[in-house]
Amino acid sequence: MSAREGLAVGDVVAERSFHLTRDTLVRYAGASGDFNPIHYRDDIAVSVGLDGVLAHGMLTMGLAVQPVVDWLGGDSGKVLDYQVRFTRPVYVDAEAGADVTVVAKVGVLETLQDGRATARIDLTAAFGGETVLGKAQVRVALA
Amino acid sequence: MPVNAELAGRSYPPSPPYLVGREKVREFARAVLATSPLNLDPDAARAAGYADVVAPPTFAVVVQEHTLAQLLDDPDSGIDFSRVVHGDQRFSFTRPIVAGDELTATLTVTSVKSLGGHSMVTAETAVLDADGGHVVSAISTLVVRGGE
Repeated sequence: MSAREGLAVGDVVAERSFHLTRDTLVRYAGASGDFNPIHYRDDIAVSVGLDGVLAHGMLTMGLAVQPVVDWLGGDSGKVLDYQVRFTRPVYVDAEAGADVTVVAKVGVLETLQDGRATARIDLTAAFGGETVLGKAQVRVALA
Repeated sequence: MPVNAELAGRSYPPSPPYLVGREKVREFARAVLATSPLNLDPDAARAAGYADVVAPPTFAVVVQEHTLAQLLDDPDSGIDFSRVVHGDQRFSFTRPIVAGDELTATLTVTSVKSLGGHSMVTAETAVLDADGGHVVSAISTLVVRGGE
């Protein structure tokens, strides 16, 4: 697509804010099969040293790539590689929920040996002013 | 009990075939707040050249999960699940997962390291389709917190 022509390292290609509630966590638990009670029971979360119920790391990883998928015209098949490090918990308050913001920036532009143009998109996912994912990188096919 | 240092290089038997259902993909897509029609609408996915709805990138974890359970349930691994924290995650695709795929997954432990009293176990799960073609590799590092 023409939107990708003239793309430069450092360009912000997508931004989105996600509002999470306990309901979001329960839906993710059911959809993924991850029923660890630290994602829906405060008493259990506190008993293992957490401040309270937190989002599944895989939910944060799953939603953080969505702005990039949308930028790719909705074609998640153009995601060639996606990695993150889980660095901080996203605590989801029972009443207030939690807001996670994602900024996606071009990190590297590269042409593969077979001639395919790719980009490494670097994600910054933040909650409460602090990043929650480290080395969050999505390699995508541009054509 | 510490993590078994001999674990590196160990593989587990392939998981039973996992049939990717259209409604499961749609349910998962909504759960990760995906909005792309290719994840939700079979007609839109077909128009884009796919056989059916396309799974969001992290859907592969649903298939990988069965193989991580093999590792965590192995009494010889020495991994105490109550001390496990998910350190990092990676998916490396040959092609996206699409509804209708029948997938099998095989986990291999690629490394076991010690760091400041903790153990870091890295496991790579290769996910193949019914024809034996590679679909995606899912790589996790589990941090097993050390005892008191």
